[in-house]
Amino acid sequence: MKETPSLSTQNIWDILQTIPDPEVPAISIVELGVVRNIEIINSESIKIQITPTYSGCPALKTMEDDVIEKLKEHGFSTVKIETIYKPAWTTDWLTETTKQKLKEYGIAPPQKLTLEHLIPLGKQPGQVTQCPFCDSADTKITSQFGSTACKALYFCNNCHQPFEHFKCH
Amino acid sequence: MMTNQQALFVYCQRIGDNSLVLGHRLSEWCGHGPVLEEDIAMSNMALDLIGQARGFLGYAAKLEDKGRSEDDLAYLRDARQFKNCMLVEQPNGDFAATMMRSFLFSAFAYLHFRGLVKSTYDVISGLAEKSLKEVTYHLRHSSDWIIRLGDGTDESHQRTQKAAEDLWSFTNELFDMDTVDELLIKQELAIDLHVLRNEWNEIINQVFLEATIIKPDDSRYMSKGGINGIHTEHLGFLLAEMQFLPRAYPGTQW
Repeated sequence: MKETPSLSTQNIWDILQTIPDPEVPAISIVELGVVRNIEIINSESIKIQITPTYSGCPALKTMEDDVIEKLKEHGFSTVKIETIYKPAWTTDWLTETTKQKLKEYGIAPPQKLTLEHLIPLGKQPGQVTQCPFCDSADTKITSQFGSTACKALYFCNNCHQPFEHFKCH
Repeated sequence: MMTNQQALFVYCQRIGDNSLVLGHRLSEWCGHGPVLEEDIAMSNMALDLIGQARGFLGYAAKLEDKGRSEDDLAYLRDARQFKNCMLVEQPNGDFAATMMRSFLFSAFAYLHFRGLVKSTYDVISGLAEKSLKEVTYHLRHSSDWIIRLGDGTDESHQRTQKAAEDLWSFTNELFDMDTVDELLIKQELAIDLHVLRNEWNEIINQVFLEATIIKPDDSRYMSKGGINGIHTEHLGFLLAEMQFLPRAYPGTQW
């Protein structure tokens, strides 16, 4: 175990920032917006609040385990994970830097959430989703649902490459 | 006299059971979807629903405070203790029947969660806010298919109309309430389901009109009793499959 002079909350945020999202490792669980709050109880005990992206996201358990393991490495023998639901996770929490990382990883980042996304009937909002590889706007959706709950499937008519879009949520 | 906590325990089970049972039904399509994209879509929606069930049943278990977990509630209760509406336990049938079931239920769940977001109880409003986002695109997805299939070929139209006829008698009980609801409504913890009915009808009318589907007549026999543990025979078979592993191997962990 490392020698641990008392760690600040900011130190903990920095530590958690090093844990990658298990399904999209290009970004961290902090950048994803899953880690909501950190409460250091004492030098051995800490409470972390997390919120799921989608209710049934199977990666959440892995994220919890990763947080516990990482904090144990830093001397916290008791790590309490609390799942909170409010405010509900939204892709609007992803910063521009995080969106850029998604794009470089080959995933079209989410656009800003609009009122149209909240209407349950009719066609999908007509936002342009740019191809992350060639930046063409000439793309089409092949399915609202993809390899993980947070992504949709697209095809680029310009470079003929299928790609994934991190859905606005 | 029922306490708030006891009423909320029942209420959370009703919502959680609806999500769990429909989630299990949709998961039965995994590997059997008509096209790959739909297979993935139904599995994704199943995952959302099972996630919602975890939230509501997990909270129900906490309220009960008898050492049971969300898994105990899901896997170790018998049919008579399940409080879901009968609509969600109906078998998958063909793709039209599955989409019709999802459409009729999602339209209700959308309105229900939208109302519960305003609950004065933080946990309920938080779970509702989360679920509402997901149910919104479940409704979008299923209504889109009802229109495509209803206004599609003769055969797809016929199958979609038949699905509406077959499932209609299970729609009335979506709005069933009892003393549990009454107690919670008084304190603005839950919402009056009767007031959702007009808007639910509007959604159904709007989509059926575009889908050229004739809305079945409300004067037919309507089933009743899911919230009190009365179910069709289908739920028993569903539970037999869903609960097999934890019952045959008690305490098994992944």
